[in-house]
Amino acid sequence: MIPSGFEYHRPSDLPTAVKILDEHGDEARVLAGGHSIIPMMKLRMADLSHLIDLQDVASLKEVSVAGDTVTIGAMVTQAELISNDALAKAAPILREAALQIADPQVRYVGTVGGNVANGDPGNDMPGLMQCLGATYVLYGSDGEREVDAREFYEAAYMTARADNEILTHIKIKATTAGYAYEKQKRKIGDYATAAAAVLIEQSGGKVTSASIAMTNLSDTPIHSTGAGDALVGTACDAAAISSAIAAMQADILPNEDNRGPIEFKRHVAATMLRRAIERAWSRA
Amino acid sequence: MSKMHIKLTVNGQEHEMLAEPRELLIHTLRERLNITGPHIGCETSHCGACTVDLNGKSVKACTVFAAQANGAEIKTIEGFAGPDGLHVLQDKFREHHGLQCGFCTPGMITRAYRLLQENPNPTEEEVRFGMAGNLCRCTGYQNIVKSIMAAAAEMNTAKEAAE
Ligand SMILES: Cc1cc2nc3c(=O)[nH]c(=O)nc-3n(C[C@H](O)[C@H](O)[C@H](O)COP(=O)(O)OP(=O)(O)OC[C@H]3O[C@@H](n4cnc5c(N)ncnc54)[C@H](O)[C@@H]3O)c2cc1C
Ligand code: FES
Ligand code: FES
Repeated sequence: MIPSGFEYHRPSDLPTAVKILDEHGDEARVLAGGHSIIPMMKLRMADLSHLIDLQDVASLKEVSVAGDTVTIGAMVTQAELISNDALAKAAPILREAALQIADPQVRYVGTVGGNVANGDPGNDMPGLMQCLGATYVLYGSDGEREVDAREFYEAAYMTARADNEILTHIKIKATTAGYAYEKQKRKIGDYATAAAAVLIEQSGGKVTSASIAMTNLSDTPIHSTGAGDALVGTACDAAAISSAIAAMQADILPNEDNRGPIEFKRHVAATMLRRAIERAWSRA
Repeated sequence: MSKMHIKLTVNGQEHEMLAEPRELLIHTLRERLNITGPHIGCETSHCGACTVDLNGKSVKACTVFAAQANGAEIKTIEGFAGPDGLHVLQDKFREHHGLQCGFCTPGMITRAYRLLQENPNPTEEEVRFGMAGNLCRCTGYQNIVKSIMAAAAEMNTAKEAAE
């Protein structure tokens, strides 16, 4: 399986990359780790005349933790994210989730930016970024703009990013909240049947804030405010967890596919969320 | 589509060629350079039979364009045995029956090499997690894990003796 032909570009700065994107419109796409787009091109599910490889754009590789502001460059790989101790300290849920993505070979090349920009409901980082309340920074010929991760996903493979914009980095707030990313997959390296990202803060044995997001249970990741609200003010007891699960069920809309029928997915979603809440609470 | 000038260093030897951008690295290695150790198992980025070491990372050569690898240093199974015989990993796979048909073995050993570079003292669980991108249809993995653990032990003993 060899993709059909295209022109390859390898610019070394952002303005040049954007210029090539502008010139070729929707015939062009940026290439990050290639581990989503190359399989799609092999299957002829993506047909592109120009690929713009971002590997030489050094600014996209930067990671910084300054005070409570964490910035992750779009071209940082999952493996680099996992091995970065400053990141693991600032937001430990990042490492926990990244370790559950794909397999070692894929994590060496698959990037955080590619994972969130791709728009595939199966990707794990979009739900995670919604849970964290991340901000995506987009750069195009009209300059830079910021989009809330919770506003970014419109439908499968449809996002708020314009065709001629490049995601440059992701901003999140450092967090000491209790955390968990819980994922059910058929085998290692598989996309989620269902996954849950949870952050919980507590004071005096009561939940003071909770953020909950679900992966691969709708055509976009789902940030369930209802599920988070159901925990706030409670001692995270069984009744509160059941209400959170009920609220989450009202927000998701799974499809039947090769990972199972709808009832099964709802069952797995409930189990993942219960486990994630329990683990996050134990760490809060 | 215009061809590109591509330079690769494979197992210490430089190669230059003209290739279409869509050419996958696995085909460049196997068909142009006759380096047929890295195998094509699935072609869909799942099995790891095509694993090569590219700039110090284990990657699936079926999911990388040769153009992306332009300028890279690559190590394949052909680069393991030296003038003194087999590499420790190869030797331990042989000794512990870490292979049956052998189809997955070049990818297994190339991946295991990088795993042990990064983590010279892995637990059995870390070996299994670190090898999760390589599938084997024959062995049931038990002996692959055993071979890698044995290679790690021998490499560490050799390192200590040298110190
Ligand atoms: C066997 C296998 C298993 C996998 N399992 C999982 C899994 O369990 N969970 C998971 O989340 N993912 C999984 N993946 C996907 C993997 O994590 C991808 O690497 C990731 O989705 C995309 O990252 P990439 O860098 O490879 O992007 P690419 O494939 O290069 O790009 C993907 C898309 O995003 C666009 N894009 C990339 N970077 C930018 C940018 N900076 N700005 C704008 N657009 C951009 C590209 O144009 C393209 O359309 C798996 C992949 C494989 C091959
Ligand atoms: S042939 Fe590359 S992963 Fe199977
Ligand atoms: S030995 Fe046959 S596939 Fe592994």
